[in-house]
Amino acid sequence: MSQEQNKLSSFEESLLPHLNAAYNLARWIMGNDQDAEDMVQEAYLRAYKYFTGYQGGNSRSWLLTIVRNTCYTWLRQNQPQVLSVDLNDEMYTSESDMLNPETLFQHSLNHQLVRSALAKLTVEFRELIILRELEGMSYKEIALITDIPIGTVMSRLARGRQRLKECLAQLIHEEGSHEL
Amino acid sequence: MNCDRVQLLLNGYIDGELDLVNSLEIEAHLQGCTSCSRRYQELVALHTATNDVALFYSAPAGLEKRIRSSARKANPVPRAPQASQAARAWAMLSWRWFTPVVGLAGIVLIVVALFGRSWFAPSQETALAQEVQSAHVRSLMANHLTDVTSSDQHTVKPWFDGKLDFSPPVVDLAAQGFPLIGGRLDYLDGHPVAALVYQRNKHEINVFIWPSAGRSSGLFASTYHGYNLFQWDQSGMTYWAVSDLNPDELRSFVDLVRKSIG
Repeated sequence: MSQEQNKLSSFEESLLPHLNAAYNLARWIMGNDQDAEDMVQEAYLRAYKYFTGYQGGNSRSWLLTIVRNTCYTWLRQNQPQVLSVDLNDEMYTSESDMLNPETLFQHSLNHQLVRSALAKLTVEFRELIILRELEGMSYKEIALITDIPIGTVMSRLARGRQRLKECLAQLIHEEGSHEL
Repeated sequence: MNCDRVQLLLNGYIDGELDLVNSLEIEAHLQGCTSCSRRYQELVALHTATNDVALFYSAPAGLEKRIRSSARKANPVPRAPQASQAARAWAMLSWRWFTPVVGLAGIVLIVVALFGRSWFAPSQETALAQEVQSAHVRSLMANHLTDVTSSDQHTVKPWFDGKLDFSPPVVDLAAQGFPLIGGRLDYLDGHPVAALVYQRNKHEINVFIWPSAGRSSGLFASTYHGYNLFQWDQSGMTYWAVSDLNPDELRSFVDLVRKSIG
């Protein structure tokens, strides 16, 4: 086997098993199927290009870092408004106080509602929740992929969940008033 | 542990990121505090809502196949900075016609042959040289010369770890009169690159580095908008050095870098 073929089969062996994780992350960052698919394809091409420099280690984290960077690069060039949000802005608390944990629990299995609430979050909050909850990643892994300090991962995740709760409360509220 | 501290650490507690001592303290606190316990219940509900495979988007059918085939097509293409075949044919033709009678036409043809490629269509190299020159100017204008400011190569090199998927060589040339100022992430040729910043008197030199598919190559010099540029490939990396420094000094800097990388 030539060197190039070796590289190709080792690339496929270590990175293709993470295709679903790559797509899931891209889909949640980009918000639609077509862009997600383009980003994943582009990310795999980049991964292939740099594969000789890949030193082993956690191939899923390595791939997801590239996927995320690919998405962010594209967004920065084409939809900078998506990324130019101030992460420190004040939270609105109006309806959140009306939501008790029991109500939250009741709606937690309403996937459509949860999806809509997640979609309302800014990308920076959403990606942390996805990496933590759907990929089951540790703060350390998340810090590596998103290039932010571990302490920031925890505080941003806390703010992201707070925001998610507010979005859920708002949607539940709207749904309720719609039914009435 | 007071409520403020508990609420600060509660997310870490839910995510299993706390050490045993802190976890036990939080557990004890939750037993007796209704407001923190309510927060905890909320977080558990949010965890249940989001930690759900039903939210997972699986890759569409056919994507894997497309990735496999595009990786197969992506074999590295060697760089070809020499004049194209067409330009060389033109050059030969023009010599044949180079007689006193058509001398002037001959000269025109030679000039076209030598420079025509860059006149008629900016080559990939020229486009990249423009990109490199603008990146250099941008770094000076935006007051964003360095992300990591240090004259120590052992501080600058590790800074790139985890930010790039390659490790750029960082050499110390202070003794030769080119002190290192720091490093920065930049974006060129469609991917993130390492930028090292050196100084010569009042002149900044940007060295852009990224992995290349090509083998080690010779040095290509160019000038763009008054800036001098040198490009070469060495040990699996592409290098671009750019500065308003005069070509001779920049050339000696480039030679030092190439020698130090070895």
